[in-house]
Amino acid sequence: MSELSKLNKNLDLSSETIDGEIATLNLGPTHPATHGIFQNVLRVDGERILSAEQTVGYIHRAFEKLAERRPYNQITPITDRLNYCSSPINNIGWHMTVEKLIGVEMPKRVDYMRVIVMELARIADHLVCNSVIGVDTGALTGFTYMFQQREKIYDLFEEICGARLTTNVGRIGGFDRDFNPEFIQKLRVFLNEFPKKFGEFASLLERNRIFMDRTIGAGPISAQRALEYSFAGPNLRAAGVDYDVRAMNPYCSYQDFDFNIPVGNDGDTYDRFIVRQQEIRESLKIIHQALENLPEGAYHADIPSFYLPPKEEVYRSMEALIYHFKIVMGETPIPKGEVYFSVEGGNGELGYYLVSDGGRTPYRLHFRRPCFIYYQAYPEMIKGALLSDAILTMSSMNVIAGELDA
Amino acid sequence: MSNDHNLTEALNANFSGLEIIKDNYDCLNITSSEHDVHGLIEFLLKDLGFAYLTDLTGAHYPNSENSEFQVIYHLHNLQKNHRIRVRVKLPKSNPQTRTITDLFVAANWMERETYDFFGIIFEGHPNMVRILNMDDMDYFPMRKEYALEDETRTDKSDRYFGR
Repeated sequence: MSELSKLNKNLDLSSETIDGEIATLNLGPTHPATHGIFQNVLRVDGERILSAEQTVGYIHRAFEKLAERRPYNQITPITDRLNYCSSPINNIGWHMTVEKLIGVEMPKRVDYMRVIVMELARIADHLVCNSVIGVDTGALTGFTYMFQQREKIYDLFEEICGARLTTNVGRIGGFDRDFNPEFIQKLRVFLNEFPKKFGEFASLLERNRIFMDRTIGAGPISAQRALEYSFAGPNLRAAGVDYDVRAMNPYCSYQDFDFNIPVGNDGDTYDRFIVRQQEIRESLKIIHQALENLPEGAYHADIPSFYLPPKEEVYRSMEALIYHFKIVMGETPIPKGEVYFSVEGGNGELGYYLVSDGGRTPYRLHFRRPCFIYYQAYPEMIKGALLSDAILTMSSMNVIAGELDA
Repeated sequence: MSNDHNLTEALNANFSGLEIIKDNYDCLNITSSEHDVHGLIEFLLKDLGFAYLTDLTGAHYPNSENSEFQVIYHLHNLQKNHRIRVRVKLPKSNPQTRTITDLFVAANWMERETYDFFGIIFEGHPNMVRILNMDDMDYFPMRKEYALEDETRTDKSDRYFGR
């Protein structure tokens, strides 16, 4: 064999002969490449993965059991800790589930305010995922750029509700306070500056030959298979199915906004990356529209038995004091019933199945966590792939431990 | 909605003894016997286009005799944008039903989760073991008899709150 063909043979990993020595490799639970506490027991032949088995539950915190002891408004902090990269979406989804159960309509202003907060959260969520795909392909620069921008989004959250990561934003029935002028001003600055910074990040990776070679074809899944696995969100859309809860069952006045649903083709890492990139751009469009058309009016619905009265009122008015007491003690009458409500979370359809028996706490609450459902497909997606592609596939699926384990 | 109407007719033509109720939130609730549920979901999937398993979970109602446990399936027809809820009630003495992993691969972990928390057994499941809780746990924590808090605590008793 000539030197050259020997060299070529070494370069071509796909036809490399397998030496038949099978090793078991524990990827995780604490491994820097897994971005969370996951364990994967891999059977590998050289660098090639023969089979994988996930172990989940390392940070299971029994949220569904906890929720059965908590009054409705105390469940919001639990939802923060599901997908902690986009807590506001989880919070607002939960508020809207309870609002659906008690059957109240929100004022337009609340809807638009919620849309702004949720789309900011979606941008933050996708930024983390996409910049981490960069890190896993060896490009740390984009990550540092985008984390600065994510901090800016967290500054905005801080302006709205005082918290950054676990936001606990809003209340059942609207918001606890209106957007303050500093928030509006900061948001305008963000909307002006972010596209340029984001463009820098995009130009680093989107058409980068090395990045494309690395990600195209890594961890693919077909549309058919993705549907069978109940994929949702960007991962499903990357496989070519245009299912987005915001468009299919518009909630929160999403029907008022003009935006596109980006769809991929092959369901591989590159498509997932690009779909998220495009969604960030669409989210910016939505925020612009919501901000320009932000209606005047109340920032909460008129439901005194669920929405806390202003604190000054509590000290002065008997009625407000009674409502305050009843809400804090979880004594407000809630209808009996059973609802399923879903929002488009950072990872797709985030659902809440709520059964109320009229008591102060839910009788049963189940979270449909998109991560938990689509992470099942991981062994199938990485079968026969190289170890480094498996890591890339996981980060591009955006598996978040908090959401996975609930 | 005419979707609901057509669906009700199609189901009643093929299955007997289904309880089909529309709830106050405009969702069709179909309650099936344990015997029929697998066939029902297969029919919904293959003939009526409910090809997306949104959610599968369990619930425990200790006071309803001989139907203490429920398995609740949320199915979605993405083409018609039609969501329905299918439920099967199971007795405490034998909380067991057929798996739907042969119809939806996604049901695998959802059924394991339901088993893990409620002890509902899915017959024919390829890997019916716990998923989120530790393997040597010897009870099913989401059942209502397991109180969340220490039962010896008295300071949180309902009688202090007039309940």
